[in-house]
Amino acid sequence: MRMRFIELSVGAFMVLGIIALVLMAFRVSGLSLQDNGDTYTVKARFENLGGLTERAKVSMAGVTIGRVSKIYLDHEWYAAVVEMEINKSMSTISVDSSAAILTAGLLGEKYIGISVGAEDDNLKHGDWIEDTQSAIVLEELIGRFLFSKAEE
Amino acid sequence: MLQQLQNIGKRGVLAMESIGRATLLLWHSVFWGGPGSAGFADLLKQIYAVGIRSLIIIVVAGFFVGMVLGLQGYNILVDFGSAAALGTMVSLTLLRELGPVVTALLFAGRAGSALTAEIGLMKATEQLSAMEMMGVDPLKRVITPRLWAGIISMPILALLFSTVGIWGGAFVAIDMLGIDDGAYWGNMQSAVEFYDDVIKGVIKSIVFGIVVTWIAVCQGYDSVPTSEGIGKATTQTVVISSLAVLGLDFVLTAVMLGGV
Repeated sequence: MRMRFIELSVGAFMVLGIIALVLMAFRVSGLSLQDNGDTYTVKARFENLGGLTERAKVSMAGVTIGRVSKIYLDHEWYAAVVEMEINKSMSTISVDSSAAILTAGLLGEKYIGISVGAEDDNLKHGDWIEDTQSAIVLEELIGRFLFSKAEE
Repeated sequence: MLQQLQNIGKRGVLAMESIGRATLLLWHSVFWGGPGSAGFADLLKQIYAVGIRSLIIIVVAGFFVGMVLGLQGYNILVDFGSAAALGTMVSLTLLRELGPVVTALLFAGRAGSALTAEIGLMKATEQLSAMEMMGVDPLKRVITPRLWAGIISMPILALLFSTVGIWGGAFVAIDMLGIDDGAYWGNMQSAVEFYDDVIKGVIKSIVFGIVVTWIAVCQGYDSVPTSEGIGKATTQTVVISSLAVLGLDFVLTAVMLGGV
């Protein structure tokens, strides 16, 4: 009887541990099961990333549709190339869509916002988004402001 | 002068000897024999004694630590107008640091000391020698299941500590301070990475589990078999394993986060 109690409680203990891990995975770290596998990659060139990192969100109208998978420097253009993994369910992004690096809130993290274009053709795996807008770098803005003030 | 030098040398040799014995003990009982080598029932009994008996103190401590983090964090963050980041702060603090470390400290006090006292008393009443006389290896019979129980229980306890703490923080933040519950959980989910935060915390707690039970078991096995010796060994267990946990925590964090 006593052994049975010990076995039962150890079993419950183990299950509790697994439940805690699952809670951590889904409730706390927001892991979702369907996000890998069915994605396609789209590339874009930016003049300045201004603090965009890998795994940053790619969103359209505020809804997350993918993640930044890779960032590297293009040696011919001296521009940053960002590879984005977009969910297959969002397969109807027209070829003349534009990508901009935006900031969540005043001091929040950087993400990529995509605004849809008007063309009928859609972006396919490996395509480039031509129309891009770099991150707004605060120092540059201030510099430009000061410069224009000095000219007045 | 020479006498003092000799004393230092003697202490060094003794320390080296005990580290060597401890390593051999770990080697023989953990890697030599798997978790079930002393019988599955023994392992279960030890998990019950080491893990489940520590459950209440871990859960209560976790809840209060989470609540305090919520309250303190709120008072700091509200000055910067970013009280919505409270969930991120509470969860990252618990998962990366406080969960594994505080659990290990409580575990050393609750389970480690009990292990040392138990094994020390076994030695003092010559149960260990009796086992050897009967041809039973006391390492396999006594030490292995206890070590494995510690290694298995510690990550589970640390995970439960963090979970309860995060919900404790949520209780204070959402129900008492009136932070929007979407902001609390949403910011947390976007900041916490499953591998970088949760899994690394689990790895930390496994390492702490090994270290704390190892020290406890060695202290018991090496103790002077008198009532005074057992008392001293028990104190030593708590002191050494707490220091080891705090020191190792820095090393592990530096290795995992990089940058040092």
